[in-house]
Amino acid sequence: MSEKITRFFASRWGIVISGAAIGILATLLQRLGNPPNMGVCVACFERDIAGALGLHRVSVVQYIRPEIIGFVLGSTIAALLFREFRARAGSAPLVRFMLGVFAMIGALTFLGCPWRALLRLAGGDLNGITALIGLTAGISIGVQFLKSGYNLGRSYKTYSSAGWVMPLAMIGLLLLLVFRPQFVPGGPIFFSDKGPGSLHAAIPVSLIVGLIIGFLAQRTRFCTMGSLRDIILMRDTHLLSGVVAFVVAAFISNMLLGQVRFGFVLQPVAHSNHVWNFLGMTLTGLAFALAGGCPGRQLFLAGEGDTDAGVFVLGMIVGAGISHNFNLAGRADAMVQGVLNVGGISVYGMIAVLLGITVCLVVGFTMREKY
Amino acid sequence: MKKIDARGLSCPRPVIITNKAIQEGEFPVEILVDTVTSRENVRRMVENAGLKVSIKEAGEEFVITITK
Repeated sequence: MSEKITRFFASRWGIVISGAAIGILATLLQRLGNPPNMGVCVACFERDIAGALGLHRVSVVQYIRPEIIGFVLGSTIAALLFREFRARAGSAPLVRFMLGVFAMIGALTFLGCPWRALLRLAGGDLNGITALIGLTAGISIGVQFLKSGYNLGRSYKTYSSAGWVMPLAMIGLLLLLVFRPQFVPGGPIFFSDKGPGSLHAAIPVSLIVGLIIGFLAQRTRFCTMGSLRDIILMRDTHLLSGVVAFVVAAFISNMLLGQVRFGFVLQPVAHSNHVWNFLGMTLTGLAFALAGGCPGRQLFLAGEGDTDAGVFVLGMIVGAGISHNFNLAGRADAMVQGVLNVGGISVYGMIAVLLGITVCLVVGFTMREKY
Repeated sequence: MKKIDARGLSCPRPVIITNKAIQEGEFPVEILVDTVTSRENVRRMVENAGLKVSIKEAGEEFVITITK
């Protein structure tokens, strides 16, 4: 029976149905309180968590997002049920951490990870197209490295307790969310009272949706980066069919909910600076390709005991802190006294993106083995 | 028989090295993997290539045998 279910989720229909379900759930979260076109955004939500913990002090993006907790724990539950929970640890932790940092810097340049790029597109934000082109460019570079022997080495089985670090850390975050302790006056845990960080569905709703998505994604290996990588690398449309189902279902659901507005400028929590939307996503696509999974996939892997993925996730959270503390993150479009003020990034952000691409290229060129 | 040890390698690397072995045309090919993800990815690639695949479970590992 278990094997039958496993084969179903591994099938084309399995990933299409799961992708569609995730798309619908994401748009419902927007209806139920999450920020516009941000039903689920792994980068944004990890950034909010970084803010809640005080790793950055941008007051409008601080909240412990239960969706992230649900992603990890849903995956843990699925992995335990299907006996796939394997504590494993491997190789090049510092490189993985750094890739996580730069993946986040790239994502926050655009203001969204690949998941949000798709959801923005499904909400009519055409900057999602620029983002997907950038993402494809980054992943294409990553694929060239993969073809020429790039890899970060093997992982090995380790103590079961090591695999529990991330799931237990998520339970810790959940407790911080529920009890909202304040450790010093004026200090963390921070919760936004305005801005995107203040917009959220009720905790149980977010958590349950997160758990469902975590479960489905663990079973199907849903991965936004992998979908493009597999097409470029070997013309395999399996993962892509899930991602297409995700975006189509989200679009239809958005139409029904009246959440679609087409255009480039003044989209919610977004900017229309095309060059940096493109380059930001090029960086993030390359970093994800080198690390072996999109930010969602890294959470699901962390949930099933993969400590390498856990290190990458921590890199992303710290990267969010760096991004906001050093003024690297994108600034949204705004209308100031009737004049359109196109957002974008600071010169520091531009340097960080170019530095990130350079670092990723060095990683790709120097970490190859002959086979 | 060509043998490949893909244990501990994260995808898509098991698929890439399996594909390379198939291209070399020496059958059967035997691949050792240690995750269900790798097993399913290799299986899908091999079936798409029109080859036969049989899988044996050995503890927490899988032995995938590819024949023409």
